[in-house]
Amino acid sequence: MRKFYVAVCAVILSLSGMVSAQDLTQGKISGNLQLDAQVYRPDSAIGAFEVSERMLMNSFANIHYSLGSFNAGLRFESYLNPIQGFDKRYKGTGVPFWFASWEKESFAITVGHFYEQFGSGMALRSYEERNLGYDNAIKGARVIFRPYQGIVLKALIGNQRFFWESGPGIVRGIDGDFALNDIFKETTGLPRVTIGGSFVSKFEPSSQILVGENGDELLILPENVAAMSGRVNVNHKGFNVEGEYVYKYNDPSAVNNFIYKNGQSLLVQASYSTKGLGVILSGKVTDNMSFKSKRTEKGNVLDINYLPALTRQHAYTLSAMYPYATQPNGEFAIQSQVNYKIPKGSMLGGKYGIDIAVNFSRITELSRKPVNATTPIGEGGTLGYKTDFFKMSDSPYFQDFNIELQHKFNSDFKALVSWVNLKYNIDVIEGHTGDPMVNANILILDATYKFSKMNAVKGEFQHLSTKQDKGNWVQGMLEFTFAPTWFVTVVDQYNYGNDDKDRRFHFPTVAVGYTQNSNRLQIGYGKQREGIICVGGVCRNVPASNGLTITLTSSF
Amino acid sequence: MKKTYLILLLSVLMVSVSYAQESAGGNKKLPSVTVKSLDGQAINTSELNNGGKPMIISFWALWCKPCINELTTIADVYDDWTTETGVKLVAVSIDDARSTAKVAPTVNAKGWDYQVLLDANGDFKRAMNVNMIPHTFLVNGNGEIVWQHTSFSEGSELELIEMVRKLNAGQPLQ
Repeated sequence: MRKFYVAVCAVILSLSGMVSAQDLTQGKISGNLQLDAQVYRPDSAIGAFEVSERMLMNSFANIHYSLGSFNAGLRFESYLNPIQGFDKRYKGTGVPFWFASWEKESFAITVGHFYEQFGSGMALRSYEERNLGYDNAIKGARVIFRPYQGIVLKALIGNQRFFWESGPGIVRGIDGDFALNDIFKETTGLPRVTIGGSFVSKFEPSSQILVGENGDELLILPENVAAMSGRVNVNHKGFNVEGEYVYKYNDPSAVNNFIYKNGQSLLVQASYSTKGLGVILSGKVTDNMSFKSKRTEKGNVLDINYLPALTRQHAYTLSAMYPYATQPNGEFAIQSQVNYKIPKGSMLGGKYGIDIAVNFSRITELSRKPVNATTPIGEGGTLGYKTDFFKMSDSPYFQDFNIELQHKFNSDFKALVSWVNLKYNIDVIEGHTGDPMVNANILILDATYKFSKMNAVKGEFQHLSTKQDKGNWVQGMLEFTFAPTWFVTVVDQYNYGNDDKDRRFHFPTVAVGYTQNSNRLQIGYGKQREGIICVGGVCRNVPASNGLTITLTSSF
Repeated sequence: MKKTYLILLLSVLMVSVSYAQESAGGNKKLPSVTVKSLDGQAINTSELNNGGKPMIISFWALWCKPCINELTTIADVYDDWTTETGVKLVAVSIDDARSTAKVAPTVNAKGWDYQVLLDANGDFKRAMNVNMIPHTFLVNGNGEIVWQHTSFSEGSELELIEMVRKLNAGQPLQ
């Protein structure tokens, strides 16, 4: 650790020494800050329990320095204490992210912490999602080598972030990306083809894991676990076809109940688009693809890879109430979407046209069979199960059919209407064992009226109807915006359909925001329903709360 | 001991910065990050340019309603903006692997004429210090960031085009 700091200081000092004072004036500093604070009032009726600190706060600030092709930066984070819904292990203050990087001819080198994605991320993806508290940054070194036009080779090694420490496993990876049209000249008129592949390996020292009926069988664990992937992307005129296949060697872990089955995942997407029309069809089969750098970890930390959920990310509160999260142990997913614009000027389309989007996705369990007559499916210490990779089972995890229409009637008024039909296996997805599948229908109406050049009012009406879980919900929102500076929002969510009359709660909130260029301050007060917030397929549970919320963000 | 080295590191950075503060230019240039175009080509962000004319860079995502709002509102007046000021808009999508493949069909169906880039792992977003989207930057003919704004409400686009006009006229933007 000490050697690292000395090395970085030496690099900076030598660079400062090497360049003249005139060159140094070209160095630039930039950064950003975000602060989220909540003041909690106990409200046992909605399940908002007492918070002993009364106020909880998350904050982070990035500082970035760049001089020519040299960059260095750090992130300061402070959770005093982490707001509800964030892992309590974030408690404290420190600098968990720092790096230095430079480019010299065909090499780009980064030391310290960095984020990286190979292909679609199914073999390796290290990324951050600050609003979820998700951060699996790799701390070590990465080299990107571009020996020839169209060829990008990457190599990295490091440990992963684990709150204020590093995980026990070492992650190593190499990736090659070959844009054939850039490598071989004279390809005008031909499709654009890119192929790539990666090899990722983790090392974690063995540990004592006991399985079996009497809990006395000691497992022989693989210390090195590798995953390999291959991908291809073909693009021609309006067509795009891409596929990636990942194969992972045996990786017994807490997530898969310590089975020795290998894992695989295949993702294929095909799309066609032209002006006014876009069509896409995707399919993904995943089997036993959880890949962490700590085999006993079950939380949203230390993931080496990322398994994208092939579902539409809904942007409205009630349509996002039952969000899907990828099941790493296995799933079969298909999704299709059609985007169409009824042309401007046509009889139906009016002056501005009508945007139509139709989307359908369905995800089921993989069809599994036992390995032999005496071993139950998924038993620890065994090969787990067998699967016909390309067979969907009848047991659905999730199904979503939705239609959305948007139309601008005139320069002052526009509206959106959307209908969503959901089937949500709340037992598997949220762990509510024994609860029936939630069938929900959601209707959204969203209209905006500009009453002057810089001022507008937006109204939203949302309704969710279901006979399961908490029953029907209705939500109304009114938002006044005074561009580009102020906004005021009033919203209420009402669970009027709850079977239990005493639990038909209102969740009202009022919020005010002030924006000045890249600074923004938002203050809200009210009740927030217990639920799930998802960003990018990773979700976190937010408990019910009542009180004041302050968010400040700034970039310079 | 660790804290001492950290302070030393920060002070070295501060010293280097104090030189930077004296520079006349003071504007940050576009960082050098690799992103992808909609047809799969690798693009280096430091090479983004509009032939010496102003450029708007807007970060958005399919799931971000105000972002789609902003880009749709500008799309309705984009031809007028381009004719009057020569400005070009580059729309950078931060959709990750979950939705990256949906960006092209959605954008083409909407008929947007922007240059759309895919920043699937957020490298460009991080290098530009973007926290919340929509976050929009105005870049001058020399590739320097001269103005930025976060969030969008009806009418904000009028402030944006006003900044482009001021930039073209050589007037100060603050």
